[in-house]
Amino acid sequence: MSYSLTHLRELEAESIYVMREVAAQFQKPALLFSGGKDSIVMVYLARKAFWPAKIPFPLVHIDTGHNFPETMEYRDWLVKEMGATLIVGSVEDSINRGTAVEERGLNASRNALQTVTLLETIESNKFDACMGGARRDEEKARAKERFFSHRDEFGQWDPKNQRPELWNLFNGRKHIGEHFRVFPISNWTEMDVWQYIYQENIPLPRLYFAHDREVIERDGAFISTHPEWVKLRPNETAKTMHVRFRTCGDLPITGAIESDADTVEKIIYEVATTRVTERGNRADDKRSETSMEDRKKAGYF
Amino acid sequence: MEHLVQDGKFDHHGYLNMELLRFTTAGSVDDGKSTLIGRLLYDSKSIFQDQLEQIEQTSKNRGEEYVNLALLTDGLRSEREQGITIDVAYRYFSTPKRKFIIADTPGHIQYTRNMVTGASTANLAIILVDARNGVVEQTYRHSFIASLLQIPHVVICINKMDLVDFSQEKYEEVVEQFRHFASKLDVQDVRFIPISALLGDNVVDRSKNMPWYEGPTLMYTLETVHIGSDHNLIDCRFPVQYVVRPMSNEYHDYRGYAGRVAGGVLKPGDEVMHLPSGITTKIAEIKSLDGDLEEAYPPQSVTLILEDDVDISRGDMLVRENNAPKTGQDIDIMLCWMDDKKSLQLNGKYAIKHTTRDARCVVKEILYKVDVNTLHRIQDVDSLALNEIGRVKIRTTVPLFYDEYRRNRNTGSIIIIDEATNTTVGAGMIIE
Repeated sequence: MSYSLTHLRELEAESIYVMREVAAQFQKPALLFSGGKDSIVMVYLARKAFWPAKIPFPLVHIDTGHNFPETMEYRDWLVKEMGATLIVGSVEDSINRGTAVEERGLNASRNALQTVTLLETIESNKFDACMGGARRDEEKARAKERFFSHRDEFGQWDPKNQRPELWNLFNGRKHIGEHFRVFPISNWTEMDVWQYIYQENIPLPRLYFAHDREVIERDGAFISTHPEWVKLRPNETAKTMHVRFRTCGDLPITGAIESDADTVEKIIYEVATTRVTERGNRADDKRSETSMEDRKKAGYF
Repeated sequence: MEHLVQDGKFDHHGYLNMELLRFTTAGSVDDGKSTLIGRLLYDSKSIFQDQLEQIEQTSKNRGEEYVNLALLTDGLRSEREQGITIDVAYRYFSTPKRKFIIADTPGHIQYTRNMVTGASTANLAIILVDARNGVVEQTYRHSFIASLLQIPHVVICINKMDLVDFSQEKYEEVVEQFRHFASKLDVQDVRFIPISALLGDNVVDRSKNMPWYEGPTLMYTLETVHIGSDHNLIDCRFPVQYVVRPMSNEYHDYRGYAGRVAGGVLKPGDEVMHLPSGITTKIAEIKSLDGDLEEAYPPQSVTLILEDDVDISRGDMLVRENNAPKTGQDIDIMLCWMDDKKSLQLNGKYAIKHTTRDARCVVKEILYKVDVNTLHRIQDVDSLALNEIGRVKIRTTVPLFYDEYRRNRNTGSIIIIDEATNTTVGAGMIIE
């Protein structure tokens, strides 16, 4: 008799363990839900961790107001399916309150403003631990992130002053006003997430599957057109292409890829043969070589 | 991932049945550690085109002659500026046989705490030795940490063989040096491989320059080393992590004890004893959303339903009556100190975490500290500074249910926390 787990089962066990630690160590945890596949997998893992009880923390969505409609539709379906609680933090509200200022100029986006709304939502709900679906394989600055990542009273991350994390003993102690970001799927890769979706038969928003869409080519990425958020610039033309999205960020800054993959199996095949990282199509990471690290220090996801 | 694609199809079965191996690499820039990791990622085709283009560009901007594979493992900006690795960085790659997690740690003495951190979850350690210099102080230190943290498998890579003309004599000299020293250590499985990380000899592909070496390549070793027995499957240990109470009509009286199996194999019908009460009961069911399980073993996260109504909460432990862990408040540990602001204080009070149990402790005695370069014991010490390792007696506020670290890494490990700053300041391995 061999007592060994497959790597997906071992990763699942680790993530469930981390989520249970969060539920046990914190007073008011939350799960940050973006509508992307990683946070969807997180919700399914949370269901397993506490079943047959309901997920003992709310899903928090930071709504930029620039979401794909498919993301919103899926979010509302999932919340109902899980019997979960949803809390929405709105970037629009932050702008109206004057705490966030809309970017101007050609490449303006609401991506950076999410940080303001996120921190406001954490503060007003008194969340002391926010779980996110970030993975260490995504980006260089994330390779050194802890499972339990301590944030000071300003929500800042200090990469030089991280707590050592040993064995599976997670230290969630903090002072009043501080909080934690927790990353239960730290050790998963993009392929692991897809394989898990396949293995567990997890439904996804339609955006992930190949479909016809009107797009424009901008900085080497195909951006969905939109009557308000994505307008044609001089010398740009819109065309209809067969595309899908590898991540589900904001509509104006998330690039699609040309694809015929309309099932999870076909997507896995595509992921396995692709030679570009999934964030390679995100305009927000291309601003500078350290753009992710800079945003994380300021309190980004 | 291309390796899992054949004839236009993805090998799902293969992927879904892979094992996970966690390994640590300790070494300094000079040992070629980053080059070795870059080589493993590159030769296993785990690097994406845009990542490769990015490091090609950076190498070019810096005026370097070849693509610097070491850049793949540099994380934070300050590290890039200084050209050193200062933290633990985790890397991922896979081959058709296994998925790998690398805990990449710096090798200098001032980063001992990072090495200890990386080693704490590893199944295997790669220790790099420069063939030109042989076994040096740093080799002692890395091997001692691997032994202290009880990493089950150690692979000594004798690197830069290209710079010693691929000499078998030189290789055997280093092996002999290491064996002599390793007799003082507590490592179960040590292997030696002559490699050139720069040129790729014996990393993924067999070396044509060293026909005298008949052993496996590094990659083959990583893919095949037996890790099935790395967990303790003998002593049943189930630290209760969380009590699941649905409070719904459908599951009105349901009380599930959630946790990660820390040792042994649990089955429905097994008699278990609850600690601290000593009350015995039976496992009624092992629950999961995917259906009831017939058994549970490490490192599974499961939920147990017991036959009798026992008052159980987080921090308690379920064990076997005839194979219980030690229970006590006076514990001897090997302690690695990790705080750069304050040293460990004799008679100092700290918070601790052990399995799912929180407690406090007082440091009663510092027996000795270890010179990590020579393994000599230094007596008459009254504190431990950053990166120092010593044997310490603590007394805890409540009894802990523990095993020796070398018998069970899950029930034998403790972290020590400064109560003023809440920072993790020490990593303890229970001796007795």
